[in-house]
Amino acid sequence: MDAKKVRKFVMQYAIYIVLVLLIVVIAAQNPEFLSINNLRNILIMSSTRIIIALGVGGILITQGTDLSAGRMVGLAAVLSASLMQTLEYSRRFYPDLPLVSIFVPIVLCILVGAIIGFFNGVVVSKLNVPPFIATLGMMVIVYGINSIYFSLPPNNSQPIGGLREDFTALGTGYIGPSGPYSIPYIVIIALAVTVLVWVLFNKTTIGKYLYAIGGNPQAAKVSGINVVGVLIFVYTFAGAMYGLAGLLEAARTGGATNNYGNMYELDAIAACVVGGVSTSGGIGTVPGMVAGVLIFSVINYGLTFIGVNPYWQQIVKGLIIVFAVAFDIAKYYVKK
Amino acid sequence: MTENQDTGTAQTYLLEMRNITKTFPGVRALDDVTFRVRPGTVHALMGENGAGKSTLMKCLFGLYSPDAGEIYLDGQRVHLNSPKQALDHGISMIHQELHPVPHRSVMENIWLGRFPQVKIGPLSFVDHKKMFEDTQRLMEELQMDIHPAIRAGELSVSKIQSMEIAKAVSYNSKIIIMDEPTSSLTEREVEHLFRIIRELRQRGVSIIYISHKIEEILQIADEVSIMRDGKYVGCWPASELTNDLIISRMVGRELTHRFPEKTNQPGEVLMRVEGLTSPLPNSFRDVSFDLRRGEILGIGGLVGAQRTELVEAIFGLRAVERGTIFINGQPVSIHSPIDAKRHKVALLTEERRVTGIIPVLSVFDNTVVANLRHYSTSLGFVDAQRCRQDVADSIDKLRIKTPSMRTLIANLSGGNQQKVLLARWLLTEPDILILDEPTRGIDVGAKYEIYTLMLELAARGKAVLMISSEMPELLGVSDRIMVMCSGRVTGILPREEADQEKVMRLATQFL
Repeated sequence: MDAKKVRKFVMQYAIYIVLVLLIVVIAAQNPEFLSINNLRNILIMSSTRIIIALGVGGILITQGTDLSAGRMVGLAAVLSASLMQTLEYSRRFYPDLPLVSIFVPIVLCILVGAIIGFFNGVVVSKLNVPPFIATLGMMVIVYGINSIYFSLPPNNSQPIGGLREDFTALGTGYIGPSGPYSIPYIVIIALAVTVLVWVLFNKTTIGKYLYAIGGNPQAAKVSGINVVGVLIFVYTFAGAMYGLAGLLEAARTGGATNNYGNMYELDAIAACVVGGVSTSGGIGTVPGMVAGVLIFSVINYGLTFIGVNPYWQQIVKGLIIVFAVAFDIAKYYVKK
Repeated sequence: MTENQDTGTAQTYLLEMRNITKTFPGVRALDDVTFRVRPGTVHALMGENGAGKSTLMKCLFGLYSPDAGEIYLDGQRVHLNSPKQALDHGISMIHQELHPVPHRSVMENIWLGRFPQVKIGPLSFVDHKKMFEDTQRLMEELQMDIHPAIRAGELSVSKIQSMEIAKAVSYNSKIIIMDEPTSSLTEREVEHLFRIIRELRQRGVSIIYISHKIEEILQIADEVSIMRDGKYVGCWPASELTNDLIISRMVGRELTHRFPEKTNQPGEVLMRVEGLTSPLPNSFRDVSFDLRRGEILGIGGLVGAQRTELVEAIFGLRAVERGTIFINGQPVSIHSPIDAKRHKVALLTEERRVTGIIPVLSVFDNTVVANLRHYSTSLGFVDAQRCRQDVADSIDKLRIKTPSMRTLIANLSGGNQQKVLLARWLLTEPDILILDEPTRGIDVGAKYEIYTLMLELAARGKAVLMISSEMPELLGVSDRIMVMCSGRVTGILPREEADQEKVMRLATQFL
């Protein structure tokens, strides 16, 4: 009986156990890894990725996918950076632009992301284009739009820099005393978004519909659920998430180019999948998605910290993706 | 039409299936069936839906292995554990739904898995030339006009069927099973098929011909075997049979099944359907009927009668070309399940796994999913307390056996899954409940409980429209029985006047 319980526990919490094991193994190599400062850095690194993963995660639950996430992050980064340069900076994107409120890029990025996501949702649910193809097309389109914007004179495809401090504070600022015990704004934002998405997925009608559609789209339709509406919503919501994440990336790094966010969608999808989101739909939790992101951040940061060749990180990441899914699938075969 | 058969001394059988029994959870699909086929004959296999014809043929073709019984070919005992083994023993099957590889040529479809090879040094390649010639010869022998190199996807249904028959012949099959071969053929194509069948019979091939179409069978078959409820009724020369004889032998069961006592009382008309017609050519047309409060209206018919298509159209899942649905005397337009729900119509679909359960979710989520709008606060939050209350009530009232409401629905038995789906719809408080084969694949005890529930609902004034392919159920639960054949209503019988033979006669009226 007890062995069975242990097995069930391990099965259910496998990703969290993997996360703890990773930290233990790395800490065994170099105990300093466990310093508050390192853990704080890992959280900062993970913040935007968590927001992107939570956007893609909702889509994955509906049996969809979103390859345009990374390019949308890039577009939002460039957009926000172009509006948030200091007046003194020599190569301003808009030389005559007065100081605008920090809320302008925030609203704009979220809105632009939502609009692009809305189009994704319409193409997928109304035109019945497979999500992989629909968002592949959107990925290319968004990169094109971003590159055109980025190449406008006088900027002419130069990296956008000289960002205002009140803006970069979103990515680098903190509350509390300076030092390891300060709490970065960006982590607070990611935490707030996580709570918001958790409530959305678990406590609202539309969240319930999300899981029902992913679990059996035909049954959902027969049950009188507005499948098209829910799908459009989830892509739109994800787009808004990418918009926010892009803005935070610009703030965190203090600049932007049109290549920002490149391939972030793959990291986000991998994190979700490792976090127990089923690509065949209907299954996935918010804590799982967050844990998935943290696992990859710990690998990135931790293995570098103990001096492992960075190319080994790639191999470890790849192995974790494949085995996480194999493990997940085995779990369901056992049930049958 | 029938050639003279030597029925006297040549008592050797090409095929003998002896004492075959096959059970599935809850059903005895084949009960001690003994089935014999003579060489060079067309042997029709008949019976109602669920009589066991397909199961028997799947045992013969190696798709199912029987629990008990033996199969003999030419007097030799054989073991058929896969279609491959069946093919090697000269048994082929032409399925009702044909699945060619559409983007490959006819010859590749025919020789798939056994392409002729040509060796060049140590390598072997597909010998396209030989394959082409072999196919051409085959087509000539069978007088089929199909070019070997044309893509299978470009052929008509009839030609694809011919191609499948040619494939069967290419395996040197002695027995070819044809499952409802004429279901999607035009009259001229049927003639063509019959020519091929007669040609095959000449060559000594035996055809096992499954069909509901009595007229057709009297035309082409030499012998007719009839099955009923998983049992073998008997075998007769086609020349001794008539339409009425076949029907009475197909349905001639004692009605011993028990049904709960009827307590409902039909009241005024709640829904009226007038002239409902599908835009599809072979689907339902000109369907008109009334459905009363407190009434259970059964819909009978054979596979292909378009009953499911009809109710799905009423529920807004399928397009309608013309016709009107009135509810409470008002014409309504229902274009989606969302509309249907607004008009208090509910549909329990036939395919529980495909369109019913959401397997990865719990009993709780599966129960509330159609009714979430009513549990939703103005801000879009779900009122979990009310949900729990209603789910608990449903589990209690419908006697759903589940460890807890958090158990995955996939872990429940078929009967309990069905009850959860019924609960899902009852929570939406429908006036009109459409049930499509509500007791399919569930055990006897659960069936009785579902009948009791239906009668209770009707007694409370709900109108129930029930599709059923089980004759006893249709006669035992309905107040009136509407029978359909080939998409048309062939009659509506009051309970007192209905009996098995009348229903079956109406169900085969246009066949």
